[in-house]
Amino acid sequence: MKIEKQAQAGTMQSSDLMVFVEPANELKIEIESTVKKQFGHLISAKVDEVVAALGVTAGFIRVSDRGALDYAIEARVKTALQRASAA
Amino acid sequence: MAINSVGREIPEVYNGKKIVPYGGPKSYKPDLMTATRPIKRNDSGKSKVVGGLRDAIVASGLKSGMTISTHHHLRNGDRLLNDLVKEIDALGIRDITIAASSVHIVHAELVPYIKKGVITGFECGVNGLIGELISKGELNCPITVRSHGGRARSIATGEVQIDVAFLAAPYCDEYGNFNGFFGPSACGTLGYAIPDAQYAKTVVAVTDNLVPYPALPIAIPQSMVDFVATVDTLGDPKKIVSSTTKLTRDPMGLQIAKYASMVIDATGYLKDGFSFQTGTGGISLAVAGHVRDMMRERKIKGSFGCGGITGFFVDMLEEGLFEGLFDVQCFDLKAVDSIGRNQKHQQMSANLYADPFNMGCLVNRLDCAILSATETDVNFNVNVNTESMGYLLHNTGGHCDVAAGAKVSIIVCPSIRGRLPMVRDAVTTVTTPGETVGVIITERGIAVNDHLPELKEELIRRRAPVKDIHQLRDEIYSITGAPKDVEFEDEVVGLIEYRDGTIIDTVRKVRA
Amino acid sequence: MADFQLRRTMLYVPGNMPSMLQNVPLFQCDAVIIDLEDAVNYAEKDAARNLVTSFLSTWKDRNKEVLVRINPLYTKWGHDDLKAILPVMPDAIRFPMCETAEMAQELDAELTKYEKANGIAEGHFKILPSIETVKSVINSYEIARASKRIYGLAFGAEDYTASMGIARTNSGEDLMHPRMQIVMAAKAAGVQAIDTVFSDVNDMDALRRETETIKRLGYTGKCLSNPRQIEIIHEVFAPKEEEVEYALKVVEAIKQANEMGTGVISLNGKMVDLPVVKRAIHTLNTAYAQGMVDAPVDEEILNGN
Repeated sequence: MKIEKQAQAGTMQSSDLMVFVEPANELKIEIESTVKKQFGHLISAKVDEVVAALGVTAGFIRVSDRGALDYAIEARVKTALQRASAA
Repeated sequence: MAINSVGREIPEVYNGKKIVPYGGPKSYKPDLMTATRPIKRNDSGKSKVVGGLRDAIVASGLKSGMTISTHHHLRNGDRLLNDLVKEIDALGIRDITIAASSVHIVHAELVPYIKKGVITGFECGVNGLIGELISKGELNCPITVRSHGGRARSIATGEVQIDVAFLAAPYCDEYGNFNGFFGPSACGTLGYAIPDAQYAKTVVAVTDNLVPYPALPIAIPQSMVDFVATVDTLGDPKKIVSSTTKLTRDPMGLQIAKYASMVIDATGYLKDGFSFQTGTGGISLAVAGHVRDMMRERKIKGSFGCGGITGFFVDMLEEGLFEGLFDVQCFDLKAVDSIGRNQKHQQMSANLYADPFNMGCLVNRLDCAILSATETDVNFNVNVNTESMGYLLHNTGGHCDVAAGAKVSIIVCPSIRGRLPMVRDAVTTVTTPGETVGVIITERGIAVNDHLPELKEELIRRRAPVKDIHQLRDEIYSITGAPKDVEFEDEVVGLIEYRDGTIIDTVRKVRA
Repeated sequence: MADFQLRRTMLYVPGNMPSMLQNVPLFQCDAVIIDLEDAVNYAEKDAARNLVTSFLSTWKDRNKEVLVRINPLYTKWGHDDLKAILPVMPDAIRFPMCETAEMAQELDAELTKYEKANGIAEGHFKILPSIETVKSVINSYEIARASKRIYGLAFGAEDYTASMGIARTNSGEDLMHPRMQIVMAAKAAGVQAIDTVFSDVNDMDALRRETETIKRLGYTGKCLSNPRQIEIIHEVFAPKEEEVEYALKVVEAIKQANEMGTGVISLNGKMVDLPVVKRAIHTLNTAYAQGMVDAPVDEEILNGN
């Protein structure tokens, strides 16, 4: 999947996250979270997993997390990537 | 370093004082006498009004290196402590230790004075920014966090010696009689100020409402007061009694409250003579609502309601559901109004409320108590002091006192807050030891501690969702994932004192 | 075969709100309807679909019936909704704006196609059509009989009043006729009748009155949008103690009849008809859910086991 344009998904409500995606020459992922000290490693792993599953190899992905569970992280990242790659 | 009985590493000496590690909730009693203070003699009937705050500081003889106290009945509306420290600074006095009954978020104004060396220690817990900065190592200021009962004890035993107590006095006469019932800064009971009035070497009543002699009824008498100071205002009335005493509307909170009421019912104590304490949180109030309904329906006449008092308890008193209320802190206007007119709404001192070193405090007579938690763990330990970032953000309040006293102490908290599991392998900070906690309730189930096997059996018989605490932890972790612990340095920046004066945990500097 | 599944409370949960969605396992309702339709903005349909799919795929140990309200098949989202949702195995599709039997059959055919292609037992996915326009009220009996997947008719008052050009009131007079017609159609077709949402979440007394009314009419459940309403609806649907006692006697009589192999059930010397037996089982299962009896009834006793 190729990142063609800017896109975002999610909300700033608690238990949710916002994902911002834009085209870039290489893959760069930035994570910000209210629970980064405790869960930064798991959030990172989840984002990497979705990015890999969708075959994204380049793009700037920024995550602003408000304590979302893994299923929501997966869904929001997927939605943002789909939106960024759609014609 | 020593390891105390809840498994925490405790230094041998802190801030020049030798430390006794915590070894159990009811085992420690030092062989000491209660504190003393100088005999005074005042043969004059003249007014004790000395002028404003600065005059009172001068009159009190406050000097660098001394310890002062205030009470926190004005809560986030309090102006006194901030103004006082400003005046102390202006007089060039340094190296002051604060031994207030609590320090609130509004007192973040003190931070520059800590940096400047005006304040160099806290013999009390704090809420908000000061604790955060201490945790980050940005303020060099030793702190000992105490429960309400523990603070009262530390004053009564002389472990903490207050040189000058500056006590906000909302309704006060020129000879120093005062109460908190009336006036623009009315706050109701003055329970936390009583040990100060009794043991401080010098006592200053500070009022914004000087009334003709005598100020009746007397909460703190002239015989304990050296000086009276007058100020324009003690605080912001809107923030003094600001509790929004509203039941939670969150469905998970309501679920927890329902389980809590099932637990109370299953204890068997809910009958004539029932005694009960609950906080002001939305879940606690929802529990109180269920308890009220059950008492009404079964025509139960309770013994007493206790603790911080809300309008909800006042209504229960007036409806005849309790014989009386013991009030150490009024949380809303209705409570303030009630204590000023109803003799069955009794002011109580912090010593009477929760001090373990006397002939029996009030919490010993509690059947059931509802308490909140920032975190709990599989050993039933509860943390209310440090938050998810590891910062010291909250004072202990009466938490460990009430847990130790009540026959069944019930912790209510959501199972997850913003992905953080609320039942963990180990709490960051032990405020209240698990051996004094009866039940932990989340919306995912009820965990009953081993010392209450009959309650557990009864709850299972009633088809309540009883779960082993480890099972509850596993269930929550399966949703959130296992959290990493917040990382700390070795440096101890504060102590968490248990109510008996032993040290149950430390606060360490958070790794940046 | 009678359907004894309890559906007293069918709770709507917005499909694009994680804070609500992840509490679904904890709500004490009989069924949950995860909504991709009205609760989701047009611009967020894709996001909600991903979120709901992701949530359902991670929810092990489901403890209640799960429905997903898809968008109508005539919208541009309906088919995509189905494609996303069916792999995570909801129990049923809440089918909005179902005005004719043909519309229900169209969904039925889609579900059959998916089941066949994926080796799922035919008929696994059930359908709960929304009867929410004047036209659908008139066609309700045909709709109820349009597919074997349909286990009930669910009244939707908001769209109904709009289609009538009237305003909804708290008294419920405006809804009397459709409620009667839907419950009769459902009973005639042998399916459940589920009532509409009561939207004033602060008026618990009015909710109680409305639920009492629809229970008397023959409805066996109600949709709701706020979990705080669950307890009251369950209280209303709870059987009275004398009903429980009678039902226990009926079930005892069935067991005796089974043991004796007579097939004839009699109680106090009188024959007991099948509808009475079914009602007794329903009463006891509701009583069990309400904590009034210690065990539910195994429907197998109807087959002589």
